[in-house]
Amino acid sequence: MVCQGCQKATATVHLTDIKPSGEPVERHLCEGCAAREGVAVKQHTLTATVLQEFIKQGLGLKSLGEKVCPQCGGSFKEFHEQGLLGCPYDYTAYRDLLKPIIERAQDGATQHTGKSPRPAGEGSRRRARLTQLHKALREAVGGEEYERAAKIRDEISAMEKE
Amino acid sequence: MNIDDLMIQRGEWLKGSGPLSDVVISSRIRLARNLANYAFRPRASESDLGEVLRTVGEAAMSCATCKDASLIELDGTEEIDRQVLVERHLISRQLADAPGPRGVVVSKGETLAIMINEEDHLRMQGLRSGLQLEDLWGQISPLDDELSEHVQFAFDERLGYLTACPTNLGTGLRVSVMLHLPALKLTNEIVRVARAAEELRLAIRGLYGEGTEAVGDFYQISNQTTLGKSEEQIIEEFGTSIIPKVVQYERAAREALIEKRSAQLDDRIWRAYGSLRSARIISSEETLHHLSHLRLGIATGRFDKFDVTALNDLIMPTQPAHLQKQGGHAMDGEERGTRRAEFLRNKLSDLN
Repeated sequence: MVCQGCQKATATVHLTDIKPSGEPVERHLCEGCAAREGVAVKQHTLTATVLQEFIKQGLGLKSLGEKVCPQCGGSFKEFHEQGLLGCPYDYTAYRDLLKPIIERAQDGATQHTGKSPRPAGEGSRRRARLTQLHKALREAVGGEEYERAAKIRDEISAMEKE
Repeated sequence: MNIDDLMIQRGEWLKGSGPLSDVVISSRIRLARNLANYAFRPRASESDLGEVLRTVGEAAMSCATCKDASLIELDGTEEIDRQVLVERHLISRQLADAPGPRGVVVSKGETLAIMINEEDHLRMQGLRSGLQLEDLWGQISPLDDELSEHVQFAFDERLGYLTACPTNLGTGLRVSVMLHLPALKLTNEIVRVARAAEELRLAIRGLYGEGTEAVGDFYQISNQTTLGKSEEQIIEEFGTSIIPKVVQYERAAREALIEKRSAQLDDRIWRAYGSLRSARIISSEETLHHLSHLRLGIATGRFDKFDVTALNDLIMPTQPAHLQKQGGHAMDGEERGTRRAEFLRNKLSDLN
């Protein structure tokens, strides 16, 4: 639905005004037009405030906005304007810029403690650990630390049995 | 199953049953997920959206949880049909209005809906009447597991499930409980509840979610933070602490109303009944406003013409899109108002 104010942006704020006659009127506005009319819009304001802090620190909006994601070609400026990222890789591409935004949005939390995707998540964790162990084993053997190597080998065979 | 089939059944959230249903209308749990190898909506091309719709649609339909579900593609459908889905709380207004390939997988009993290509590639949500969060999680979490075997979700060990907006990061979980709080509203104590909710980082919204105001004293309470706590923790806080507390406040406010202002309370309830029985033109907002008073009357035992299920059956057919769909043609506000009033007068005289 197109905003009834500017006729351009997507309307995301939906209101029901009551006319003096008591008749309700539905209105659909974009966040910009809603803000101009003094309608309180809480969503997505966090990026603006965090950006202001960056500017205060002398980093400048221009250089921030120019940061581009190599994966999807979107820019940090676009995220600032829309409140939405371009692709999953943005979280890596803008890691430092997003850190304070995420902390603010998530009440200071930085670490996921919930569930993970079943096969892919578990599989990749297991693979990563196995790679680590094989590397440690090679190092232990190379350094002639046979006791340590034996322990690592046991752990590897235990994991491979699972 | 298509939209015409939905029209003739009672939506899950309007069953009027389930724990604490004197105050809790319905419970909803939503998980946001994205495919690892596709751009989010702002950067997705038309063909990306098409592929996401096909991939997710196929994956969903092959899940055991979805064995009685149907995929409804929304691109190219009539606006009125999409509006029907919005009114039934099966899709968001955002999905209804968005351009391009998109759809929703809906289970037969309307307890499950998977929106495809909304703000995130997938938004799977479970719906139940009354407070039934654990049951819901018991349905949604296995569906999520099953889907994750068919498609690769964007996931990061540190940040959890990656979402288009950082406010959904981590669990991607939004628990949302719809409450009927007429006594707290009437005594203006709702302001205190809202303040307490804000301190707990909870959002209070109107009947149709984000950006809507509370019509007919129906409020949605939902969590705003999604990272740092496990799904079970978030759900348990809602189910055992937050919601029971609000229910307790509302019940206490109702008792106080009955004790101190019973005449005014009865006057409101019976005037509401009178308006619904006599109106010749009535808006959906005014209808909900009166139905809210009747619901309060039923819950407090001061109105006995019909029960809450019969009352709930008046809500959906009087919504704008349902009314027009039922009437078979597009109607302007005045015609809708006339039709609505006619429907209510007929129903209420049957129920008398």
